[in-house]
Amino acid sequence: MNLILTDFSVHAGQRRLLHLPELALPATGLIGIIGPNGAGKSTLLHAMAGLVAHAGTKTLDDGWPAPARIGFLPQNFAVSAAISVAECVLLGRREQLGWRVTTRDRAEVARALEMLDLSHLAGIRMDCLSGGQQQRVLLAQRLLRHPRLLLLDEPTSALDMRHQLEVLTRLKSLSQGMLVIAALHDLTLAGRFADHLVLLEAGTLKVSAHPSKALAPGVLNPVYGIHSELLLDQSNHLVVVAHRAS
Amino acid sequence: MSVLAHDRRDGFTRAGISRMGAVCAALILLSTLMVADLVTGPAGLPLSEVLHGLREGPSGEDRRLATILWHLRMPQTLMAALVGAALGISGLMMQTILNNPLASPYTLGFSAAAGFGAASVILFGTALPVAMWIGVPIAAFAATLAAAGLVYLVARFRGASPELLVLAGIAVLFLFQSLQSLLQFMAAPEVLQQIVFWLFGSLLKATWTSVKVLSVILALALPLIAREVWNLTALRLGDGNAASLGLNVEALRRRVLVLVALLTAGAVCFTGTIGFVGLIAPHVGRALVGEDHRFGLPLAGIVGAVVLVAASVTGKLISPGAVIPVGIITAIAGIPMLFGVILMRGRT
Repeated sequence: MNLILTDFSVHAGQRRLLHLPELALPATGLIGIIGPNGAGKSTLLHAMAGLVAHAGTKTLDDGWPAPARIGFLPQNFAVSAAISVAECVLLGRREQLGWRVTTRDRAEVARALEMLDLSHLAGIRMDCLSGGQQQRVLLAQRLLRHPRLLLLDEPTSALDMRHQLEVLTRLKSLSQGMLVIAALHDLTLAGRFADHLVLLEAGTLKVSAHPSKALAPGVLNPVYGIHSELLLDQSNHLVVVAHRAS
Repeated sequence: MSVLAHDRRDGFTRAGISRMGAVCAALILLSTLMVADLVTGPAGLPLSEVLHGLREGPSGEDRRLATILWHLRMPQTLMAALVGAALGISGLMMQTILNNPLASPYTLGFSAAAGFGAASVILFGTALPVAMWIGVPIAAFAATLAAAGLVYLVARFRGASPELLVLAGIAVLFLFQSLQSLLQFMAAPEVLQQIVFWLFGSLLKATWTSVKVLSVILALALPLIAREVWNLTALRLGDGNAASLGLNVEALRRRVLVLVALLTAGAVCFTGTIGFVGLIAPHVGRALVGEDHRFGLPLAGIVGAVVLVAASVTGKLISPGAVIPVGIITAIAGIPMLFGVILMRGRT
């Protein structure tokens, strides 16, 4: 069943940070949340992850997944702990861990590391990794939870171009079996990988549509305050070119 | 941190084994030091005689030997190990929940509170219906829990962020320090001397009763601590990451705060405030086994015990006649250790 938010709002004291009267998203697939700074992207993800209180209802699969089935990757993820990459990923199974690390724990960790091409880093300490490597490790940690719903706050912000493409390709294939909702800043990447885009502006829903519609200059320009152009590259992927601030 | 494996493919096995090695090595060192502590003392028993006395048991035929070994030295040695372990474990938990390498079991004013509790009974104790040797530890214990209770209340109603906990703790620290100073100011010279001696922290106050009480507290607290090891490790990833793993970080901080208060109160109420162990032991533990609390907590406990037993031996060696309070030794001997750890870290 689809993900449906009804009369969904988040307040900080008296101030309303987010208000979505109605938002329906498919049950699986890769959904991009876009919008300028302060539009409410992180707030929406935090509220869906259950980390901030909200009013209104959220449903998915005739209810809402248990916390253990929601994988949320925050934007401020930097880890300064002296633990190995494998141990860090292992913490994704926090609730199931006993005093001894079992063969099954290890196999799951190895699989998650493999999936994000991190196996060679397994024994390296987290605080010795770059921001982008940490980000991928933490993504692997979330995948260890076999989430039904994966909420990612700018999962590619610290990654170089190659790893942005790799991670999004991986998320895209994972999204056949789960719902992946990611806040994205790079509109070209959003247009290329997302099945559906949600454009927020000042805490309200501007557009929820296929990328070709959501990224159209007529929609994008007033929200971002730019002059942009939507092009197609040689393999017919969308490319957003921003010419200047308006 | 060469102890951690870097070459092993899955990042687990070798790391696990070398950490077990570190824990075992620390245990062997602790046992050796405990025997050394039993051998040293004003009465000057040789090792062979001590080993003989240990085999004979407390009701051995040589009454003098049995009394010295089982009634004077053994409680002190065991108390040194237990207090060191309690302070080491609570030190690491405190540093983890406050996300601060400078934190110790005393950071939130617990030692000042214990000192105030003890001082108040030493000063007014003659008016109380209980004997001094019971009244002082009970008051120190109660005052420590009261201090923890104040910090807990703040954490309960205003949120348990590290900054807020430290701020509340510092307020509690100053409150109890002032109250303690007030008592010292009011006290007659000979009473003042008693208060100051309590504050030094000494193992001479150890008895079998104190050993039993602290053992019971440890036995109660350790299973509860064991349940939090993975949560504490997860907290090291930062609040945001830990919370997104479904961990209620504030509730965790409050639960651990209670455990730290209990262990610290149990440790200081009989012996007085023994500084530095709770600060240094977690650093040594982390440097040896990293931040996996499954290994870090036991090792911090063992290292804490090692430091305190070593301080006890040193105190007896440098001043055989009048034993120097162990609290003084740990502070002096702890500094080179801390610098050692800092320098060792700088290289890796």
